[in-house]
Amino acid sequence: MATTDTLDSDLGNDGKADVSIGDYQYGFHDPTDKYAFTSQRGLNAKIVAQISEMKNEPGWMTDFRLKSYEIFESKPMPTWGGDMSGIDFQNIFYYVRASDRQEKSWDDVPEDIRKTYDRLGIPEAEKKYLSGVKAQYESEVVYGSLQEDLEKQGVLFTDTDSALRDHPEIFRQYFGTIIPPSDNKFAALNSAVWSGGSFIYVPPGVNIDFPLQAYFRINTQNMGQFERTLIIVDEGANVHYVEGCTAPTYSSDSLHSAVVEIVVKRKGRCRYTTIQNWSNNVYNLVTKRAMAYGDALMEWIDGNLGSKLTMKYPAIYLMEPGARGETLSIAFASEGQHQDAGAKMVHCAPHTSSRIISKSISKDGGRSSYRGLAKVEKGATDCKSNVVCDALILDSESRSDTYPYIEVEEDDVAMEHEASVSKIAEEQLLYLMSRGLTEAEASAMIVTGFIEPLVKELPMEYAVEMNRLIELQMEGSVG
Amino acid sequence: MSSLLKIEDLHVSVGETEILKGVNLEIRQGEIHALMGPNGSGKSTLAYALVGHPKYEITSGSISIDGTDVLDLDPAERARLGMFLAFQYPVTIPGVKVADFLRHAISNVRNPDRKEGEELMPMREFRTELRSTMQELNIDAEFARRYLNDGFSGGEKKRMEILQLAMLKPKFAILDETDSGLDSDAVRVVSEGLSKLSGPHMGVLIITHHERLLEYNVPQFTHVMLAGRIVETGDASLAHDLHNNGYAGVRERHPEAAAEEDAAQEETTSV
Ligand SMILES: Nc1ncnc2c1ncn2[C@@H]1O[C@H](COP(=O)(O)OP(=O)(O)OP(=O)(O)O)[C@@H](O)[C@H]1O
Ligand SMILES: [Mg+2]
Repeated sequence: MATTDTLDSDLGNDGKADVSIGDYQYGFHDPTDKYAFTSQRGLNAKIVAQISEMKNEPGWMTDFRLKSYEIFESKPMPTWGGDMSGIDFQNIFYYVRASDRQEKSWDDVPEDIRKTYDRLGIPEAEKKYLSGVKAQYESEVVYGSLQEDLEKQGVLFTDTDSALRDHPEIFRQYFGTIIPPSDNKFAALNSAVWSGGSFIYVPPGVNIDFPLQAYFRINTQNMGQFERTLIIVDEGANVHYVEGCTAPTYSSDSLHSAVVEIVVKRKGRCRYTTIQNWSNNVYNLVTKRAMAYGDALMEWIDGNLGSKLTMKYPAIYLMEPGARGETLSIAFASEGQHQDAGAKMVHCAPHTSSRIISKSISKDGGRSSYRGLAKVEKGATDCKSNVVCDALILDSESRSDTYPYIEVEEDDVAMEHEASVSKIAEEQLLYLMSRGLTEAEASAMIVTGFIEPLVKELPMEYAVEMNRLIELQMEGSVG
Repeated sequence: MSSLLKIEDLHVSVGETEILKGVNLEIRQGEIHALMGPNGSGKSTLAYALVGHPKYEITSGSISIDGTDVLDLDPAERARLGMFLAFQYPVTIPGVKVADFLRHAISNVRNPDRKEGEELMPMREFRTELRSTMQELNIDAEFARRYLNDGFSGGEKKRMEILQLAMLKPKFAILDETDSGLDSDAVRVVSEGLSKLSGPHMGVLIITHHERLLEYNVPQFTHVMLAGRIVETGDASLAHDLHNNGYAGVRERHPEAAAEEDAAQEETTSV
């Protein structure tokens, strides 16, 4: 494995990129310039402080970052979940300015990814963006035009860096309170080097009846992305936020470690939909947590395709009576991929209910694991928790595991857990094939049907793309 | 010229057990054949072998359509050549809507050269056709949006098979006990439906234990299967006779087959 000293060999075949990276590395900019920050690999306290300085952040945020960095340093790597030995923290860019970014050549994008774009009918401009050929606002967030009426209703929807600058009070009140840096090693890392992400505040009683969307993508070679999202849904308000996209998102070796914090106050509702399809080399280690207060509803809808390793367990803390939590997750693990995904529901108050539905598909040696926790704390009586996880394994090389954890400290609770593992039945294939569907088409149809209960919850264009993608994944892979 | 489905000296095994022991049968487009025989005699096995169920191994003999050997073709390729089986036990495919499934199936069967990923039959055209066919067969339009056979009653599943038959318009249709489990109104609808669908372009093999379906679709040929062989072939009156008098007469006329039947039965009960 290459380490920090071999910039050139790392960047590989594109000579042009080597030269220009070298220019920056060796002082192309005037070091006294306030933009003197050079994008460089690796991490230490100085780089953390520099990131904060670069962004002109208030002192408390600089301190927060530095303290988080200490925590990151002090925590050992998790020993559970997936194989993280391929992560080389010193070989990652932690912050890259837009002006420092390298344009890649279209030829650098793997053939199969380019083909998939064509088959999905992704427009030219979008293709270049997804594959990192066009370097465009990588660490930042690209927004659709913010609806004027949203502003009129007092909704704040901006990138997280701007929120820190423009809405300091409300920002500081919530930031880092749902997921403290000490939560886990990767939350600490994110807290130290975060950049980009979305900030949303929905005032009391405001109902946003269309999904808010943002697109996050990794674009630069070996660039880790550390978005930080904070959503506050005030009393009786309602929002649906959508991030990601189904088309494969290409990057060379990369670490993606986001943190998403959500507060849903009394009678509020929040749905957070994620579809991610990273290329096969990305480590996607995400911490997501929401707190739901009295009679509030929080829903995570989480689709994970691609990546080398995904570890993601969206959590909901049910803080007051009547709070409800629901997580629907789909994982598709193909060759060389490990999806370790699940959910966490913590019942902190009586009369709360939660539901977890997880569907996973493993094929061509892929591995998917469901890892979930349903916890009922002392005093949280009359709670309901329902967990259903279904796994579909498409061939004998592939694997699926279930790790359900249940911790209950009260008697008066209704816990249900159902798990199933199945293969595509010969009878189902025969039936569909006897109607003229090829084996690949028949398998794709069965797989699509398997996840349909979750896909139908997705916004229309995502659902269509998702099904198309599964067809592509199944083609040529069977028989 | 009308097509010919030809089955010659067909031997079929499941695992170690030989179930069909030399079946000969010719069906021409436009003909109606009835296949009768006691439980376990091998009727469904013949149907599965015809569509290419991988569990049913052809150990010798042949199946051909107009001289083309179909044994090397997979079930999808056979469907594109015009083979269709209305299953005795239709399979449930959760999450797959009837309409989506049928549109895909039709696109392949009507355009046998269609490659994976190519355009499907235009939505509007498909919908119009589906709606009118469902109406003719007295099937509630709501079923198009339901998941394939998921939660369908026995009778509803059978009607769904007929709907598929009507949409796919095969050259050779095998109906495996499509009339069982239907209430008498449904039997009438299905029987009338089939008689409208069949005609000079469809060869039909009706596997049945009942007579209603045959009243509307009078067979030119009735075959009797016993212990994996077709032991008698007659006309519509044979079906009528079997229905009234059972298989005792057949067994008497074919003592060797009846003996094999007993032997097979002992084998299964002694396990
Ligand atoms: N998949 C299978 N595995 C094991 N045995 C089988 C299988 N399919 C058929 N058989 C056996 O082969 C014999 C013939 O079965 P088949 O289903 O063809 O009978 P059938 O004539 O259709 O009967 P029925 O009138 O009851 O539908 C039976 O003894 C049955 O148990
Ligand atoms: Mg049968």
